[in-house]
Amino acid sequence: MGRSVSAPPAAQTSRAPGAAFILKKALISAFVALVLFSLMIGVRTEAGPQGQLVYWTRFDDLAVMVAAVFGGSILVELLRRWWGPVDAVRVVPPSVQSALSLAGRLVAPALLVFTFLVPVLFYNERYILDLAILVLTYVMLGWGLNVVVGLAGLLDLGYVAFYAVGAYSYALLATNFGLSFWICLPLAGILAAFWGVLLGFPVLRLRGDYLAIVTLAFGEIIRLVLINWQTLTGGPNGVTGIPRPTLFGIPLTPADDGLAALLGIEFSPTHRIVFLFYIILALALLTNWVTIRLRRLPLGRAWEALREDEVACRALGINTTTTKLTAFATGALFGGLAGAFFATRQGFISPESFTFHESALVLAIVVLGGMGSQLGVALAALTMIGGFELFRGLDQYRMLVFGMAMVLLMIWRPRGLVGHRAPTVFLKHSQAISSDLVKEGHG
Amino acid sequence: MSGDPILCVDRLSMRFGGIVAVNDLSFDAERRKITALIGPNGAGKTTVFNCITGFYKPTSGAIGLTHDDGRAIRLERLNDFRIAKLAKVARTFQNIRLFPGMTALENLMVAQHNALMRASGLTFLGLIGAPSWHHAEQAAIDLARIWLDRIGLLDRADDAAGNLPYGDQRRLEIARAMCTQPALLCLDEPAAGLNARESAALSELLLSIRADQGTSILLIEHDMSVVMQISDHVVVMDHGIKIAEGTPRQIRDDPKVIAAYLGADEEEAIAVMESGT
Amino acid sequence: MDYFAQQLINGLVLGSIYGLIAIGYTMVYGIVGMINFAHGDIFMIGGFIALITFLILVSFGLTAIPLILLVVLLVSMAITALYGWTVERIAYRPLRHSFRLAPMLSAIGMSFVLTNYSQVAQGARVKPVPPIITGGYTLHEGSEGFVVQLSNIQIIVVVTTIVLLALFTWLVSSTRLGRDMRACEQDQTMASLLGVDVDRTISMTFVIGAALAAVAGMMYLLYYGLVDFFMGFVAGIKAFTAAVLGGIGSLPGAMLGGLLIGLIETLWSAYFSVEYKDVAAFSILIVVLIFLPTGLLGRPEVEKV
Repeated sequence: MGRSVSAPPAAQTSRAPGAAFILKKALISAFVALVLFSLMIGVRTEAGPQGQLVYWTRFDDLAVMVAAVFGGSILVELLRRWWGPVDAVRVVPPSVQSALSLAGRLVAPALLVFTFLVPVLFYNERYILDLAILVLTYVMLGWGLNVVVGLAGLLDLGYVAFYAVGAYSYALLATNFGLSFWICLPLAGILAAFWGVLLGFPVLRLRGDYLAIVTLAFGEIIRLVLINWQTLTGGPNGVTGIPRPTLFGIPLTPADDGLAALLGIEFSPTHRIVFLFYIILALALLTNWVTIRLRRLPLGRAWEALREDEVACRALGINTTTTKLTAFATGALFGGLAGAFFATRQGFISPESFTFHESALVLAIVVLGGMGSQLGVALAALTMIGGFELFRGLDQYRMLVFGMAMVLLMIWRPRGLVGHRAPTVFLKHSQAISSDLVKEGHG
Repeated sequence: MSGDPILCVDRLSMRFGGIVAVNDLSFDAERRKITALIGPNGAGKTTVFNCITGFYKPTSGAIGLTHDDGRAIRLERLNDFRIAKLAKVARTFQNIRLFPGMTALENLMVAQHNALMRASGLTFLGLIGAPSWHHAEQAAIDLARIWLDRIGLLDRADDAAGNLPYGDQRRLEIARAMCTQPALLCLDEPAAGLNARESAALSELLLSIRADQGTSILLIEHDMSVVMQISDHVVVMDHGIKIAEGTPRQIRDDPKVIAAYLGADEEEAIAVMESGT
Repeated sequence: MDYFAQQLINGLVLGSIYGLIAIGYTMVYGIVGMINFAHGDIFMIGGFIALITFLILVSFGLTAIPLILLVVLLVSMAITALYGWTVERIAYRPLRHSFRLAPMLSAIGMSFVLTNYSQVAQGARVKPVPPIITGGYTLHEGSEGFVVQLSNIQIIVVVTTIVLLALFTWLVSSTRLGRDMRACEQDQTMASLLGVDVDRTISMTFVIGAALAAVAGMMYLLYYGLVDFFMGFVAGIKAFTAAVLGGIGSLPGAMLGGLLIGLIETLWSAYFSVEYKDVAAFSILIVVLIFLPTGLLGRPEVEKV
C-alpha cells in the first residue's frame, strides 16, 4: 500500500501541547465555526405566506454552536494529549493477542447461537424482532456485496440495483402471475444475477473511479426506470399487496386453513414475524456458507487473486473476464434473494427504498467490517443498523449523526473492524494475514 | 540454426507510437534448453517478453510455439490469459508480482486454477463437496508442497507472500509459474537484487527445472555469472535489434557485444568481461 | 431548427453549471486521487449562502443589482471555500495515506452530514426567489411564431463560466500555486522533498474547487430561482458523471463533459422524454466508457508489466 512518507499532523509534532496552544487552536476553530455557521445557522430563511421569502436571525443558536465548537476543540485536544498520537502503533503482547484470537474464534459461534434464540428470548417484543430482521437483511446484503468488493476487489456503488431487481421480480411475478414466494425466490435471484452479468460487461475494462461511477449510474438507471415505467412497476406508488410467504403452502393467517388453526393453537401475528425471522436467517446463513465455501474453491481464490494482482492472474492463465463476471453475478444473486425477502416482508415496495443511500450503507458495512471478513461484516451491520436505530429518537438529526459516525469510524478504523485476512488453505497452521499486506483491488 | 526449437520468433516488431522498441527480431529457443536474452537497459528485452506472453500485441511478425507432441501454436494470435492457459507459457515479472496478501501456499494454488476449475466441475462439484474434488484439491496441495520444498520454503508455506524476504519472493514466483506446468518458462531478470549465494541457488534451481521437468526456459538477465553458467544459447539485443547470438563463450568474446555494453554502460561492460569464468 | 437552437442554448447554460462543479471533482481527483462525494453538497451550500446573502442585502435596501450580485458572489465564494477547507481538514486529511475506500466512505458520510445540516438549519422546503435578472434578446423569430431567446441570465452564466475558466487556467499554468498543484499531482512525496507544502496545496485545491462550486450554486439559484437541501445530490452525481465522461483528472475534460451532459439532458428532454433524461445521460456515460475506458480526454492508462 502507498504508506509512503507521511508528514505527521501538526498537532502531533509538539508532543505535549501547552495550554496556550490548545487555547489558540480552540479559538481558531471557533472563528472558523463562526464564519461557517454565520449565515447557515445565524439566519433562517423560509417561504412566507405569499411565496415571498422571509428571513429571521438566530444569533442565540449561532452563539451556542460556536461555543460548542470552542469547547469541543479543547476537549478533543485534551483527549488527544491523554491518548497520545492517533496513529501510534500500539504493541499488543503475544499473550493478549492469543487470548484475543481465541475470543475472536468464540465470537462467531456465540453470536450464531444467540441469533437463533432471538425469537425465543424476545418473543413478546415485536420491535426487537423487527429490528433483528432488518439487521439480518443488511447482514445478508453485506455478505453479498462482500463477494464483489471484499473478495474480488471491484468497487460497486450500485449494489442496491440488484436488491431492487430481486424485490420487483418477486413483487411482479407474485402479483401478476400468482406465483408463490418459494418459486419466485430462486427466480428473483437468477434475474438479479443476470443483471449482475449485464452490468459486468461494460465495466470489465474499467478501473477504480470509472468503475465507481458506472456502477453508481447503473443503480440510478434502475431506480429511474422503476419510477418512470409506470405501466409495469406502478411508478412512484410502487407495488402493493405482495403476498406473504407460506410454510409449505400453509399460510400464516388467522383463516381456517392457516397454520395456527391446523396446529390447534391460537393465532398470533408474531408467528409470521418469527417465521420471517428464520427465513432471513436461513438466507443469510446460506449466503455465508456459499461464500466461505467458494473462498476455498478455485473460483473464490481467483477472486482474491484478482484483487491482489490482475496482471499476475492473467499470466497464470486465469480468465479475468469470467472471474469478474462471476463475482458480479454471485454478489447480485444474493442481493436479489435479499430483495425478494424484503418485498415479501414489507408487502409493499416502491423506488424510494432503493436509493443511493442504501448502496452507500451496504458499502459502508462491508468496508467497516474489514474487507473480506464475514464476521466483521456481520458485526458492522449490527453496529450500523443497530446504531442507526438508537438514533431514531434524534429524529431530524439522525442522518447528521449517522454521517458523522461514518466519518469518525473510517478515521478510527480505515481498514475495518476485523483487520486481517484468514488464509483459505494451510499446510501446518492457519495464520491471520495483516491487512497491511492485503490489497484492495484496482476496481 | 538447426535442432528442435520450441519457440520461433520470426521478424518480430513492436512500435509504440513513433518509438520502435523491437525491430525485425528473429531468434529461436531450443526445446529443453535455457536460452538467455541479454542486452543493455532499454534494449527491448522486456518488450519481447510481453509480446511472447501476450501482454502486448506485436506490430508485426510471428511467434510460433511447438509443443512436444508437435502441436504448433501461433502466440501472436492468442491474447491475454490464453497464452498461459492454452499455449502453456508461464512467466515471472521484473518487479515481482506475487499475491502479497495470500500465503505462499495459496499463491501456488492460484497457479493451478485452470486444472482445479475443471476438477471442481466449474465450481458446482466443489460446492457440494464431491469426493473427486477433494482428491483434486489434495493433489494440488501436494504439488504445491513439492515446489515449496524445492525452493526451500516449506516452513513458510503458511506465511503471507508479502512478508517473505526478497530472495524468497523471487523463488516463490518461479515456483508459482512452474505450478502451471508450463512448456516454456519465461523469466524476467530472476536474479535481480539477489546476492551471490542466492544467485548460485537460483542457477541450480533453473538447471534442475530443465533437467527434471524438461521445461524450456527463456530468460532475461543482467547477472552475467548466471547467464554464462547456465545458458545453452545467448541472444544479445541492443536498440531493439539482435546484434549477436551464440554460445555463452562465443558471446563473451564478441567485440560487438562488448561495444554495445560499453556504449550503454561502462560498469555493465566490465561485468560482461569479468564474469562468467 | 429554431427549436433546436433554443435547446442548444439552454443545454450550454446548464452544461456550464455542471462544468463548474465538475472542475472541483476533477481537481481533487487529480491531486489526491479520491472522489469527493461531498462536493455536490458544497455546491448546494454555495447556493444557500448566495440566497441568504441576497436576502439580507435586499432587506438592507440595496437596489443596485450589479453591486448586489458582486457582493453575493464574493461572500458565497468565500464562505463556501471555507466549507471546502473544513471538510478536507476534518474528513479527508486524517485518511490521506490510508486505504483507498476509507476516504471515499468518509466523503459519503460527509455528504450525508452536509445535506442533513442544511435541512436542519434551513428547513426541508424549497426556497424560491423571484427572478432577479430579467430581460434578454430575441435572436430569431420563426415563421410559426417560435422565438429563439437568449436571456440576460443565460449570458451571465456563460460569461461568468468563461471568465472563471480563463482565470483558473491561468492559475494552474502560470502561478506558483498551480505549479505546486501539478507537482503534487505527479508525486506528493517528491514534491514535499522539493519544498512544496503538500498540505497547503491540497487545502488550496479544495478551497478553489469549493469556490467554483459556490459560483455554480449561485448561477443555479439565479437561473432556476430556487434552492433546496437535496439539490446537491443530483447535481453532484451529474457533475461527477461529467468529470468522468471528460476523463477524470483533466480540466478541459471536465468542462467538455459538463457541456455534453447539459446538452444531452436538454436535448433528450426536448425531443424524447423528460422522465428519461437522466437515464440518457448515464447510459451515454456507460457507452462512452466501454469504448474509451478513461473518458474522452483522459490519459489512457498504460499497463506496466
